[in-house]
Amino acid sequence: MAKLTIARETCKGCGLCADVCPRHLLELSKEINAKGYHPIAITDQGQCIGCAFCARMCPDAVITVEK
Amino acid sequence: MAIVYEKTKVLTDTPLHYCPGCTHGIIHRLVAEAIDELGIQDRTVGIAPVGCAVFAYNYFNCDMMEAAHGRAPAVATGCKRVNPNNIVFTYQGDGDLASIGAAEITHAATRGENITVIFVNNAIYGMTGGQMAPTTLPGQVTTTSPYGRDPALCGYPIRVSEMLATLDGPAYISRVSVHDVKHILDAKKCIKKAFETQIAGKGFSMVEVLSSCPTNWGMTPREALNWLEANMIPRYPLGVKKEVG
Repeated sequence: MAKLTIARETCKGCGLCADVCPRHLLELSKEINAKGYHPIAITDQGQCIGCAFCARMCPDAVITVEK
Repeated sequence: MAIVYEKTKVLTDTPLHYCPGCTHGIIHRLVAEAIDELGIQDRTVGIAPVGCAVFAYNYFNCDMMEAAHGRAPAVATGCKRVNPNNIVFTYQGDGDLASIGAAEITHAATRGENITVIFVNNAIYGMTGGQMAPTTLPGQVTTTSPYGRDPALCGYPIRVSEMLATLDGPAYISRVSVHDVKHILDAKKCIKKAFETQIAGKGFSMVEVLSSCPTNWGMTPREALNWLEANMIPRYPLGVKKEVG
């Protein structure tokens, strides 16, 4: 069981995290944040294996991973 | 639950001004994590460049100085010589280091100054609007080479790491990339090694990091990293270029 915490307001929606997720669990939200970007969101928390690939790829360090 | 990964405390909470998908953010994080893991935050001084990373002093949670364009290695030299206990690094792009700062980097390297240089090479001038840089690839389209860089007219790109590795002064020079997670982990090891080289007093260390510029390359963040892997790595081979035991 792993848990992702995403800092939605500093995410710029570049999507690089989604590309490296081995389970394809990340996608851009339909909502926009205060800066006008579509922040990333996790679709199924229960499937996350906590590999932290997303967090290591994120240019803006918005992802915290717990396991 | 234990924390697997969280943002290092050596980065401030200031949101980065970089474009979405710009790898400057990844490289900032790797440098900050290396400083964190080596326990040198309270004696580290960073020198910010001119270019997209000009605001690096807002992002690193350590002492920072801003240098004139290309002169970061000269400022770092003074900083290190006045207080050798400081760990001094410069963070420079290719327009800063390889063009206007070519003299400063070359002489700091050949003097074997005991500083660490993080050289971010994205083959273009980012902040000023995507002009051709000394590192722009042959055929690469920029705002000042709209038909692609023509080596017959503009010459060839400079391989800075290989050039500096021919000098006697440097102790550690390597080139890394951040286009995927594996290479990001490798880049972190090399950046840490460069700082360790300085801590051990061995002399000049530099890590060249191949980076992307989605905005000025005219690509999505993922397309830009794919382009980097396919085009930049063949021109700028990865690996350790010099290491003095």
